[in-house]
Amino acid sequence: MSHLPSAPANATRVAPPLESGRAYPAKPADVYLFGTCVVDVFFPGAGMDAIRLLEREGVRVHFPQAQSCCGQPAYTSGYTDEAREVARAQLALFAGEWPVVVPSGSCAGMFRHHYFELFKDEPETLEQVESLAERTFELAEFLLEVCKVRLEDGGAPVKVALHTSCSARREMNTHLHGRALLAQLAGVERVDHDHESECCGFGGSFSVRMPDISGAMVRDKTAALKGSGAAEVVSADCGCLLNINGCFEKQGDALRGEHLASFLLRRTSSAAQGGTK
Amino acid sequence: MSNPAQTPAQPITFKRNAREALADPQLRRNFRGAMDFLMDKRRSQFPDGDELERLRAFGNRVRARALSKLPELLERLDANLSRNGVRVHWAETVEEANAIVHGIVERHAAKKIIKGKSMVSEEMEMNHYLGDRGVDCLESDMGEFIVQLREEKPAHIIMPAIHLNAGQVAQLFHDKLDVDYTEDVDRLIQIGRETLRRKFFEADIGVSGVNFAIAETGTLLLVENEGNGRMSTTVPPVHIAVTGIEKVVENLRDVIPLLSLLTRSATGQAITTYVNMISSPRKADELDGPQEVHLVLLDNGRSQAFADGELRQTLNCIRCGACMNHCPVYTRIGGHAYGTVYPGPIGKIITPHMLGLETTRDLPTASSMCGACGEVCPVKIPIPSLLRRLREEAVRPPAAEPHHMRGQGAKYSKKETMIWKAWRKLNTSPGLYRAAMYAGTRLRGLMPANIGPWTEHRSAPKPAARTLHELAREHLGDQ
Repeated sequence: MSHLPSAPANATRVAPPLESGRAYPAKPADVYLFGTCVVDVFFPGAGMDAIRLLEREGVRVHFPQAQSCCGQPAYTSGYTDEAREVARAQLALFAGEWPVVVPSGSCAGMFRHHYFELFKDEPETLEQVESLAERTFELAEFLLEVCKVRLEDGGAPVKVALHTSCSARREMNTHLHGRALLAQLAGVERVDHDHESECCGFGGSFSVRMPDISGAMVRDKTAALKGSGAAEVVSADCGCLLNINGCFEKQGDALRGEHLASFLLRRTSSAAQGGTK
Repeated sequence: MSNPAQTPAQPITFKRNAREALADPQLRRNFRGAMDFLMDKRRSQFPDGDELERLRAFGNRVRARALSKLPELLERLDANLSRNGVRVHWAETVEEANAIVHGIVERHAAKKIIKGKSMVSEEMEMNHYLGDRGVDCLESDMGEFIVQLREEKPAHIIMPAIHLNAGQVAQLFHDKLDVDYTEDVDRLIQIGRETLRRKFFEADIGVSGVNFAIAETGTLLLVENEGNGRMSTTVPPVHIAVTGIEKVVENLRDVIPLLSLLTRSATGQAITTYVNMISSPRKADELDGPQEVHLVLLDNGRSQAFADGELRQTLNCIRCGACMNHCPVYTRIGGHAYGTVYPGPIGKIITPHMLGLETTRDLPTASSMCGACGEVCPVKIPIPSLLRRLREEAVRPPAAEPHHMRGQGAKYSKKETMIWKAWRKLNTSPGLYRAAMYAGTRLRGLMPANIGPWTEHRSAPKPAARTLHELAREHLGDQ
């Protein structure tokens, strides 16, 4: 993609700076899927839709059954030792050479950036950390940059608002990938909403520890999404969706956010259009 | 909030303050409007993202270099200022700093002080301290003047009265200055200026802050827009500047990128109306300027931050306020809710060094970690990772290791620690994890509709009927 700067092919094996673009490999035959704990329990359909999208691109998906959580909840709460041990368990599960695709900017950001901090005092582990960081891709990023997916829209015309998570935007630099995928869908008009780059107020434990401030943020976010005139809301992060959808529901609004993977699959599935290329 | 104590014995009541602020629709409108305006102004100053990134990296290097030799630069600053005739004082605590200022006041039998803008003097609660000793301190920055009339603290480090609209200022001036009610902003500014003008000439001492202290030349550099800073530092016979020890830079050349970053990040100005450089008191052949210039260098917890390589980055701050302008939390609750001199993201990482984590333990958790602050910081302070580090310090068992931070372990709870240990066990035992998630999905009907704070603003999240682990196993086989 021309809209993102590319890192040189011989990119050095150090923690990638947060703002950097990256070099993308050719489409592999196999990938791992890291499902994330929120997807596992609350949005398993999004995880399955991610698997189906990848398979449709001819990629074999591996889902290590021993996977659990990336460690972020403990990490951001200050329980670094606990986060490290959970991270270590995931490191061992994704130790092969295949890319690791994550349907969440937040957990992908954890793999790509924060494991370096967790294992900074373990030189023997850092090599694994570097390998995982290099091989980790957010789903939309992987579909677009590695699979070079070409989507054909089979759905009716619709206005869609895209909510991008802060991690996708600021850690993974993948906030434009969702847009680019939606732009491939002829019937989809993506509409902007007010304060689009502003946090929805989830922030994991923040939403529980600071419920009033978080509540004010998510109410503003749902108001902005509704105010955009969008008929559907899409996001690539299920943490944000848990928060935003919960607020919609509490307010008695019928609108619900959907994971990007589910939206893309639905718009391009054979039921919608009679087969994809 | 009229002048809460600088060092409260009780934890700062952040959550309650925040709740009250959120319930004030006028306040929320004022802040949303003001922050949107400031974000636009900054954006228009940095149209070229690549140039901004180069400048930020440059600014970061200049600050990091200065901090890497902080003790040496402070000594050089002291030597060069002293050679120029400026008297330099060192204070470890705000009490010491206030005592030094009061000593100068007493020597001159001063009764009236006129002040330019200085957040360090807010840190010291100088007005209060000197007021108790019969010395009248008047703020001459328009925003500071307004908050002083209201007996409030600044709501923002650059724009102290940003929480108010014109109507509120009109009412204040009408009530306190005995003038006709007018919402005409130009007229309001005129009223403020007319009130202040003669005060500059009545003052015995002028007080100011410092934006950059230049070691190489022994120069104090101040930026301002209203001219009151220049008046405060030149008209009275004595000038006292107060600053934190981290404000030192190595040489004049270093100031160029920092000034450019500061004014563009803060108010979206390419440069301010005034850039004052003070290198000495009035010389024999000069017509104006104070006969005495003093500099008070305040530590107040800064050397604690300095001692730790990671936390040291806190001291990069050039006090532009961009982090608060872009913070969704600050935008919702405003500056007063923090209950601290420095609000917003930078306040959450600098205040614990000043007051200790005992009283500030809620501040590092009052962030969704969205990263907006770190993204805009002109000198690349990694605010989110420093917040995370302070969270770690707050929950670390108090006696586990030598203390990094005053108040380490202030949020330590045996129960919470046990919960996270159990969480670790769950997430490192695949069989246990799958069994728990299986149970969670099967028992989803039992999920309570009310799960505490979360459900005040949202419905309870409902587990799916089956986990992704199960669905994927069915689809892909056991892996």
